Amino acid sequence: MKFITARRRNPFVAVLLLVAALGAVGVTFSAVSNIEPAQASLGTQTQVEDGKKLYLEGCSSCHGLDAQGAMNGPSLIGVGAAAVHFQVSTGRMPLAAPGAQATAKEPIYDVEEVAAMSAYIASLAPGPAIPTSEDLDYSDADIAEGGVLFRINCAQCHQAAGQGGALTQGKYAPNLMQATPQEIYEAMVSGPQSMPVFSNETLPIKDKQAVTAYIMALQEAPSPGGLSLGRIGPVTEGLFMWVAVFAAFIGAAVWIGIKAR
Amino acid sequence: MSTTTDHPVEQIGGATAKYVDQRLGSNKFLGANLGKVFPDHWSFMLGEIALYSFIVVLLTGTFLTLFYNPSMVEVVYNGSYVPLKGVQMSEAYASSLDISFEVRGGLLIRQMHHWSALIFVAAMAVHMFRVFFTGAFRKPREFNWLVGVGLTALALGAGFTGYSLPDDLLSGTGLQIIRGILQSIPLIGTWAAFLVFGGEFPGTEIIPRLYAAHILLIPGIILALITVHLMMVWTQKHTQFPGPGRTNTNVVGYPLLPVYMAKAGGFFFIVFGIIALIGGLVTVNPIWLFGPYTPDQVSSGTQPDWYIGWLDGALRLMPNWESVIAGFTISWNVLIPSVVIPGILFTGLALYPFLEAWATGDKREHNLLERPRNAPVRTGIGVAAIVFYGILWIGGGNDVIAAAFNLSFNVLSWTLRISLIILPPIAFLVTKRICLGLQRKDREKLLHGYESGRVLRLPHGEFIEVHQPLNYKELAVISAKEDLPVLPASVKTDADGVRNPSYRVDQLRHKLSSFFLRDNIERPTDAEIEAGQAHAAHSAGLEAPLHEYEELDQDPVGHGGVLHHPGMPMTNQEQVDQRQ
Repeated sequence: MKFITARRRNPFVAVLLLVAALGAVGVTFSAVSNIEPAQASLGTQTQVEDGKKLYLEGCSSCHGLDAQGAMNGPSLIGVGAAAVHFQVSTGRMPLAAPGAQATAKEPIYDVEEVAAMSAYIASLAPGPAIPTSEDLDYSDADIAEGGVLFRINCAQCHQAAGQGGALTQGKYAPNLMQATPQEIYEAMVSGPQSMPVFSNETLPIKDKQAVTAYIMALQEAPSPGGLSLGRIGPVTEGLFMWVAVFAAFIGAAVWIGIKAR
Repeated sequence: MSTTTDHPVEQIGGATAKYVDQRLGSNKFLGANLGKVFPDHWSFMLGEIALYSFIVVLLTGTFLTLFYNPSMVEVVYNGSYVPLKGVQMSEAYASSLDISFEVRGGLLIRQMHHWSALIFVAAMAVHMFRVFFTGAFRKPREFNWLVGVGLTALALGAGFTGYSLPDDLLSGTGLQIIRGILQSIPLIGTWAAFLVFGGEFPGTEIIPRLYAAHILLIPGIILALITVHLMMVWTQKHTQFPGPGRTNTNVVGYPLLPVYMAKAGGFFFIVFGIIALIGGLVTVNPIWLFGPYTPDQVSSGTQPDWYIGWLDGALRLMPNWESVIAGFTISWNVLIPSVVIPGILFTGLALYPFLEAWATGDKREHNLLERPRNAPVRTGIGVAAIVFYGILWIGGGNDVIAAAFNLSFNVLSWTLRISLIILPPIAFLVTKRICLGLQRKDREKLLHGYESGRVLRLPHGEFIEVHQPLNYKELAVISAKEDLPVLPASVKTDADGVRNPSYRVDQLRHKLSSFFLRDNIERPTDAEIEAGQAHAAHSAGLEAPLHEYEELDQDPVGHGGVLHHPGMPMTNQEQVDQRQ
């Protein structure tokens, strides 16, 4: 102990301690945190080249020749393959016309072309990758847990039953009843349009699978009460009551009220 | 009583009546009342829809009380609905799920209960329209109108308390809004919210409290008021539309037994049947999709049931105004749409019969209904109020409408805000003009008969359109119009220079009365009507010989033209001679 006691007032000790403390924090953090290194290009060199060609033809007029972004489109550097796959395979990109938000439509690129474009964008900078079939396997996920997560994180825009809803200025959260597990996953990791990013740190893959399982359960759920009226609650119920039911009542009243001739 | 019959049914009936009468003395009452006459019109059955759907609400509600558990104790759901298995929820929500999925027939009854509740309020609204637009609320029925307004308010309360009971995400969000509304009341808001919720939101008290109100207090008062409502109809007798033989002092229609017993009974089963049908076939309030209520969750597209939609819409359309006065925040953005506007509308609704009677100086008794066109200002006010309500109502669904029709939510909201101010006055003016136009048409019909659309060429070459006299029914309906004079203008000081103490009030009344009455198209006098109808009959008479020729004609006859037949006069002079 004499060694320490003798030197602890040395002016360099403070510096040394600081370095040691910072080092300890850094080592502990990297050991504890499970941040995955963002995946760079997984595609082959040919895919990247094909993708670049397709990009220059179909996308560069808005997103810039080097995907650096321009007046009409954001930078795509670092958005990752997942974002490209989500936007292009659902037909949202290329944009048909400027508007409040890109709408899903019939995709114009086939599966291989989408893969090539994804590979090209992923080669520019690391970003969220296209999920593997393991990531998407929700067969063991807890549907009810997914329901809780869905109501906490998703229902305020996508509506509790996933029917979608309006956002400001003509934007909207789309109906999820046609969404595939891959689209759901990619939307969560890439945050398209107004949607926030649910990275694997904030919403681990297991939770993503649970949310997916819940949405799939909603898609497949029968309607035990009969005609579902769109599952959006009182607005369509009121409309149905006033238009269909009341018409029947008034028709009956008129029928009964008619004088016998 | 001396008549005897051998018919077995009558014998049994007579014996039964005698048996009951000897114990209750009921024959005298029944004899006097079973033949009571009610007038006939389909719109008189709208109130019956409300009554019958209320009966369905009571019956199905009683069934639901057997299984519903009004408790906010947290439990873990372990029922058969997999997407909620293992989720924490209140016993109220769990038991509502059990009613839907475990209890045999539970979902059917729950849906019938909910549908019939929606129909109950809708039927009251439509019934109220009928009463308002036909002036049925006028003297002597003002009190019954008040009872009706009270019933409407109670129905909203009954509906909202029921909507809140399942404790799902939708209803909990509704309660959160109610709490916000309570808190917006100046001075007492915070404490009022604590009082209602028994502490912080959501607490553990609100569901049991709402349950007590929903199944005991509110339906009890509704039942009592319905009884009063119907007794008043019984003693004051039902109003009737003007028609042949119908006066202010009689009732023309059919007796209660057997005609109305059969009609009303049949209608009850129709209403019950339709409710059962949609209860079984159409989903209402799928609570399992919304999940249990927790204050940290909310779903987009959260709406109240239709009858609260207008209040939600008012809240949604109101600009976000707040002010801080002496350290206290006044939330105009909540206070105005959810306290002030409904307060004004319900007060106006309740006071309308008295306001109109005061403004027009109408102190007469009215047992004959007024056709809406004959009260243009009232009809205009009613339509303007419906338009105002309708815009608020659309506002309540603004997010669903924006999503469904790809509209910008913001543009829609601004459109509705502006419409809310502009459209009701336009609706008033347009309605009033339409009414006045119809009045002019009526006056013309009384003075000249109705246009037959047939053009006749007279023997001397003149073309006339044949006018026909009104049939006796139409004549009775149209000529029942009653005109009221505008109340005279007041004078500030009389001839002796004495100041009129009630000058301002009288002048206001004069102006109001003028507003209500000045544009009315005057009804022709009886003599003018008689002359007009006689003239129309003459014009129709000119056409009569033509019909004879048509009958003679072998060829198919088209419209118009003069037909020639053997024996038909060939010159104008011959024709004129023949007619005279």
